[in-house]
Amino acid sequence: MKQFFTFVRKEFYHVFRDPKTLLLLFGMPIAQIILFGFALTNEVKNSKIVIADYAKDVASERIIEKIEATKSFEIEQILLSTKEIEETFKKGKVKLAIVFPATFNSDLSHQNKTQVQIIADASDPNTATTLTNYAQSIIMSYQREVQAMNRAPLQINTEIRMIYNPELKGATNFVPGVMALVLLLICVLMTSVSIVKEKETGTMEILLVSPMNPLLVIVSKAVPYFLLSILNLTVILVLSITMMEMPMNGNFLLLYFASSLLILAALSLGLLISNSTNTQQEAMLISLMGMVIPTMMLTGFLFPLENMPLPLQVMANIMPSKWYYIIVKSIMIKGLGFVAIWKEMSILLGMTIFLLTMSFKRFKIRLA
Amino acid sequence: MTAEKVISTDRLTKKFGDFVAADEISFDVYKGEIFGFLGANGAGKTTAIRMLCGLSTPSYGEATIAGFDIYKETEKIKKNIGYMSQKFSLYEDLTVLENIKFFGGIYGLSDKELKSKSNQLIETLGMSVEAKKLVGSLPLGWKQKLAFSVAIIHDPKIVFLDEPTGGVDPVTRRQFWDLIYKASSQGITIFVTTHYMDEAEYCHRISMMVDGKIKALDTPTNLKDQYHANSMDDVFYELARGAKRKAD
Repeated sequence: MKQFFTFVRKEFYHVFRDPKTLLLLFGMPIAQIILFGFALTNEVKNSKIVIADYAKDVASERIIEKIEATKSFEIEQILLSTKEIEETFKKGKVKLAIVFPATFNSDLSHQNKTQVQIIADASDPNTATTLTNYAQSIIMSYQREVQAMNRAPLQINTEIRMIYNPELKGATNFVPGVMALVLLLICVLMTSVSIVKEKETGTMEILLVSPMNPLLVIVSKAVPYFLLSILNLTVILVLSITMMEMPMNGNFLLLYFASSLLILAALSLGLLISNSTNTQQEAMLISLMGMVIPTMMLTGFLFPLENMPLPLQVMANIMPSKWYYIIVKSIMIKGLGFVAIWKEMSILLGMTIFLLTMSFKRFKIRLA
Repeated sequence: MTAEKVISTDRLTKKFGDFVAADEISFDVYKGEIFGFLGANGAGKTTAIRMLCGLSTPSYGEATIAGFDIYKETEKIKKNIGYMSQKFSLYEDLTVLENIKFFGGIYGLSDKELKSKSNQLIETLGMSVEAKKLVGSLPLGWKQKLAFSVAIIHDPKIVFLDEPTGGVDPVTRRQFWDLIYKASSQGITIFVTTHYMDEAEYCHRISMMVDGKIKALDTPTNLKDQYHANSMDDVFYELARGAKRKAD
């Protein structure tokens, strides 16, 4: 046990004495979160919108009045036809269009039911969702107003159309993705490089000649990076919840448990890479090329997996990040418990066990 | 010299496929002896050392190290040997003291032993000023001396030195050999490979490896007589000339 602590202490010296490692370890996650955070800000003020009012009646005018009164919207133009809407969208300034059909008020008074269409430029999905929600709430407030004077139940149906990006991938999608990316990257990269470094400098031979158990060498290598990754995860969570208003509806303990599984899988992968390579560059290249691009592409946070060709969808299944991403979204956004995600958790656990066994085996083979 | 054998090999062989890196090598090394293990590059020295240290399993043949069987008792062997490889192998980003404590620690020394050992070691090496400096900032000669001292920190029976003085200036090499003599006088057996023939003269006995086989084994004086040579250089040249394997 003393051997073990001696070793772990040594690993910490390595980490804290190398500015590059420290920068990578703590700089990268913070930078990523902030970058994604500011690139996808939620705040909406004075957004330019256009309105196509075919109705021009009391109801539609009252709603337009209400829209003008808010700080969120600035009416750029009242259009006469829907054809012009697309043109204004293409110019890029206008983010939202509201279309009142000609029979807006008459439908409301005769059938107690009417429709209004909201069209959003969803190339910036976050803004699009926020704007449609604002617009909807304004229309709903009008509905309540009229309702108060009327006895019969009224209904204004808002028909929402998201154009350019119907999938609506946004910040709530990015944060879990970045979490997976950062944890995977750091653990794989750090552990693989740290072991290969010992091989390069020749200290690995000394360690193998020493009475220290080789398995203990592996475990002691992984412990510091495991602890640092948990710390890292905490930093990411604090930043994304406070700065980016990422919801946290689920159980923190469950989230940390799931993250531990991913970290362990990544650490084992790092060990595996380091046992198969002989130089730091080689290890770094494999970890970066082999991890970053597949993780970005096949986790589902940048590009929806459902739209991918079948071979890629199958490939995505072997990415630990895909499963972790589903777990994090379920916990943080939907607030689900263990029962809902046990399947994904078991897959992640299976991957971890598989990778860990593989790396232990490879390490033993090298000793023979 | 006492007659206690600390290394004894019998037809020890390592094959990599068809290539026989070490071909039925048999020799004995006695307690406290400085045993020079010579050979051209590619002659099979490193393979032999790796087998003796338990880093690689022999294809066949027998060997006992410090009285323990090389196949069955590797864990016991590891506790009784020290090893210093041709690459400098301390941690450059750790201080002198931290390195000593780390390697002492993984050899299972107690805190008390560690403390007295490190004080003693730093004093012997005259490094009290440098004790808290990073090893990476020290000159190579100092590093090598430190590496040797660390390799014997747990008082092993045998220490294996694989080209320990590569790239070190003659003065430091001389100092390094002073350390080796001191260890030898304390009863530690030294098993050393080298390319410097002047160093070969310092050894008690020498074995010469050619093409994976041991071609000669005797004291430097006897070897020179046998090959009618003036220096070990000539002996080495005479033997290595016949090698079929190309040096890498």
